[in-house]
Amino acid sequence: MFGLAAIVFLVLACAVGPYLCPYGPLSIDLLHRFQPPFLGPHLLGTDQLGRDLLVRLLLAGRISLTVGFLAMTISTVIGVVVGLLSGFYGGWVGTALMRLVDAVLCFPNIFLLLTLAAMVSPGVLTITTIVALTAWMQVARIVDGQMRTLRERDFAVAAEAIGVSDRHLMLRELLPNTLAPVVVAATLNVAQAILLESYASYLGYGIQPPTPSWGNMLNNAQEYLTSAPWLAIIPGAVITLAVTGFNFLGDGLRDALDPRLDLNR
Amino acid sequence: MLSYVARRIAQSIVLLILVSIIGFALLHLTPGGPLSQFANTPGMSAAALKRIAHQMGLDKPIPVQYLDWTGHLLRGDWGRSYRDQQPVLTVIASHLWATLELMLSSTFLAVLAGTWIGVLGAVRRYSVADYLATIGAMIALSIPTFWFGLVMIYLFSVWLPWFPSGDMHQPGDRSFLDYAHHLVLPCLVLTLVTVATWSRYMRASMLEVVNQDYIRTARAKGLRRRAILVRHALRNALLPMITIAGLQVPTLLGGALVTETVFTWPGMGRLFLDSLGYRDYPVVMGLLMFTAILVLLGNLIADLLYVVADPRIRLS
Repeated sequence: MFGLAAIVFLVLACAVGPYLCPYGPLSIDLLHRFQPPFLGPHLLGTDQLGRDLLVRLLLAGRISLTVGFLAMTISTVIGVVVGLLSGFYGGWVGTALMRLVDAVLCFPNIFLLLTLAAMVSPGVLTITTIVALTAWMQVARIVDGQMRTLRERDFAVAAEAIGVSDRHLMLRELLPNTLAPVVVAATLNVAQAILLESYASYLGYGIQPPTPSWGNMLNNAQEYLTSAPWLAIIPGAVITLAVTGFNFLGDGLRDALDPRLDLNR
Repeated sequence: MLSYVARRIAQSIVLLILVSIIGFALLHLTPGGPLSQFANTPGMSAAALKRIAHQMGLDKPIPVQYLDWTGHLLRGDWGRSYRDQQPVLTVIASHLWATLELMLSSTFLAVLAGTWIGVLGAVRRYSVADYLATIGAMIALSIPTFWFGLVMIYLFSVWLPWFPSGDMHQPGDRSFLDYAHHLVLPCLVLTLVTVATWSRYMRASMLEVVNQDYIRTARAKGLRRRAILVRHALRNALLPMITIAGLQVPTLLGGALVTETVFTWPGMGRLFLDSLGYRDYPVVMGLLMFTAILVLLGNLIADLLYVVADPRIRLS
């Protein structure tokens, strides 16, 4: 419940908030540079150029949350397709696809992400794609495992016996039964995608300024850590809130959707 | 057991081949491909480029090029850095220890803390401490590592000037004490990355063991609670942690990259980012392959150690 509340709050704030703020994201207020939070006209303070932190945070949230959701969608689609094919056909197709998943998983995801990001022109769409390309493997594994067990179940054997097509069996009979764990994995994937985007952007290979994202707002924050710590602390806290929210939601969904999956209790 | 070991090693070799194919594909995706070093040199003519491409064998069919490339990798010829013309492996080796020290020290801490938290959570299930540990683990998994690093620097380096905010040594000071002093903050930050996972798996593993028959027998014999927990339960619950340790390698490497950047720690992660900044693709590709191989080896060693540690597998 906390997870859902945090996500709804953040999404609403980012969607509506910027219209309610008196300042623009790029408007520069040189008289109020480095204004600390709560101690002046700018609610959450200002950065080195006197830009309002709150409005930037909300607009950055739009970007970061969009990247998170889009990357989740893409990676889930890739994962489901790979998992379906591998789990349904099994045999050498399944082996080959799952070994491919294993091989991609050998590359630490941040290394892979940064290498790919350094090769393309940075932009919201390219970053989203790259994040998705480094995050689909878990879903593929889950769907693969589910398909392999589901294929042996009576209803699948029955469907096959009455002679439905592979397509029908795969998409209509088996796929719906894998949805619960996929939804859980997809929710956790949003959290992962937001984190990965923030890493890439913080390290300078993600969303490029002046477009704000939660990660790149921390780009220069280390320089000003002594004089203006809020520039680092506030955006990071918001990232943590968003990621924690999705992680809690995913965990809650797991408990709600499939008690059997609950290994921790 | 021998057949298991053989099978496991064969699997790893297959994976290694797949990893090298992915690496090769990435190399050809880099802007300019393997030629980028020369393409960026001022005054390079198209004809000269073509000649170099021929010298490097880039006009051969792709499968031949792949075999050439892996042949070089196997012989330890990983190319030269664009920056200082040093062999890539030498460059990596000079940064390897800093990263390993960071990873090992933080793993040591994470295992200690994670085991303790996990056992406590399992023994006092659903207590306040258990819930706090669950929530804490979830938050720890959600915190961006770089942000946690910045917060630690702010707290313990700016606000309370206890620890240095970066680097490995004070200039001119090579003592171990100074080194340890510099290690504290980055090590703590990297610990956070893995301690949550350790404690979660430890708790689950402990819960599984506590319900086994031999624990009930031990209890029925009238053994002290502590003896049961430590000698019977913990020893068995720790077994699956070997596998977890292997699985942690990629997370640790990624965490180390970020931690090293925040704390200007001269390890492989920093080297990787610097090389990316310089478009030093031989080093970038080298590090990518090197870390993938480390991950592969980590998993393999963990699985082999498991066989050594668990007689049930060894004898079956």
